[in-house]
Amino acid sequence: MEIQDTEGHIVKSYDDDLTSIDEIIQEMSALAVSQLEEALRSLRAGDAGLAQKTVSGDERIDVLEHLLDRKAVEVIALRQPMGPDLRHIIAAMKIGCSLERIGDYACNIAKRSEILSDLPENGMDTIARMEAKVVEMVTQVARAYGERDADLARQVRLADESVDRLNNSLFRDILTHMAATPDAIAHSMHLLFIAKNLERAGDHATNIAEQVHIMVHGEEMKEERPKGDVSSQVMGAGE
Amino acid sequence: MEAITREKRHGNEAQERESLARDRMPKKGAIADSAKAIGRWEAGRSGQETTVFYARGVNVFYGDKQALRDVGTDIAGNQVTAMIGPSGCGKSTFLRCLNRMNDLIENCRVTGEIRLDGEDIHAPEVDVVSLRMRVGMVFQKPNPFPKSIYDNVAYGPRIHGMARSKSELDEIVHKSLERAGLLDEVSARMGDSATGLSGGQQQRLCIARAIAVAPDVILMDEPCSALDPIASAKVEDLIDELRENYAIVVVTHSMQQAARISQKTAFFHLGELVEQGNTKDIFTSPQDSRTQAYITGRIG
Repeated sequence: MEIQDTEGHIVKSYDDDLTSIDEIIQEMSALAVSQLEEALRSLRAGDAGLAQKTVSGDERIDVLEHLLDRKAVEVIALRQPMGPDLRHIIAAMKIGCSLERIGDYACNIAKRSEILSDLPENGMDTIARMEAKVVEMVTQVARAYGERDADLARQVRLADESVDRLNNSLFRDILTHMAATPDAIAHSMHLLFIAKNLERAGDHATNIAEQVHIMVHGEEMKEERPKGDVSSQVMGAGE
Repeated sequence: MEAITREKRHGNEAQERESLARDRMPKKGAIADSAKAIGRWEAGRSGQETTVFYARGVNVFYGDKQALRDVGTDIAGNQVTAMIGPSGCGKSTFLRCLNRMNDLIENCRVTGEIRLDGEDIHAPEVDVVSLRMRVGMVFQKPNPFPKSIYDNVAYGPRIHGMARSKSELDEIVHKSLERAGLLDEVSARMGDSATGLSGGQQQRLCIARAIAVAPDVILMDEPCSALDPIASAKVEDLIDELRENYAIVVVTHSMQQAARISQKTAFFHLGELVEQGNTKDIFTSPQDSRTQAYITGRIG
């Protein structure tokens, strides 16, 4: 059963409450995207100033998450939402949590930009591709939420596999690099963490996609979630 | 797990209830079938679902106007079934079909099949008085008789000849008041007029009066709409306890109340039974767009 938003509630201020929850989610996802983009830019440029701006920008996402939680609890207490409205609010709270985490990952990446002033270029390309994919996932899943589009959410979920694949190949490359140039181990470790942060951000975008599906249809996505991250099984560079 | 908690909460009371029910079931009226009733009682305790009422193709007309269209449902024992829907949707009309209260309305015509424990309640041999003894009813406004508290509860057992002695009648009255959660409040003034009780107490007295004749089913038509929130909460708690022994059907305008007290919910709209199922499903993921619009406050 699709949510039918064509018809508003009899009590119109209830609609305003739900709209304000949606607005917070949209602002949070827009911020998460710009944070990721800025983090990568500061990483590429080794720009400490931009990195610092990214780190302090994370605060706004945290504030919005608290605001979202307060608003959601208030609506539950005062409106006693039922059915799709209840699913909407519960999904929004969980999505807010995921977006806040994505913001944290962007922040973590930005923090490393100072240390990584001279990055190995081949690794950087893969990082940039991962970042672009994650940004696209977050953008699309925010759209799926706004438009109650469970099919779009499903596509976002499938897209996570490519982020995982990039992470796997980067993982192998970095291991090789580490073995060949022990002097670069510290750098390589930071690069690994950055890749891991992006991979986790992709997972959170996937979680959001799953929440959107539950919100719209009242049940979980049926298909098996593609699991592309095999880095936990990689033992050596030659594998 | 839930059963264990309940057992603990009520202690010996549960055993008492069981023996009381066993003692009294065989004394039922004309269409009583004690074997089936006891079977249902046991099934309810073991968590099985049993059908008490079976209704198919029920239509109700008030003169030319059709109030119910092709309603079909099964009402389970040891459960609370809530009937919800906007005013005029037919939920109260359907409730009144279950103990043939619509017989009392002129111009009212009921067609279709309604079975209580497999027995057609419209069959010519059915005694309506016995039917209403098995299917008790509690109304929106508490309607105690202008008699003493004791006489209100003793009324049914007296006219049905359920007690052989004064002490048996006393026991029925006490047990019924106890089950209705009212005994402690009235035990010192059983001879006082029932009309002197508070609204909430009067409603629980009406519930005590309904259960005094050992019904199988209790129908409640907006039982809390004339009560304040605390009195409503007491009645809601009572309804939850009573389902251990009875099938309960509640018509309510409050969706929150339906969600709190029932295990099954049926949604009526414009004389149709639109959707029915587990309460937790109806209120989290309704399947029909009309149910969805109603429970979320989009249509009234």
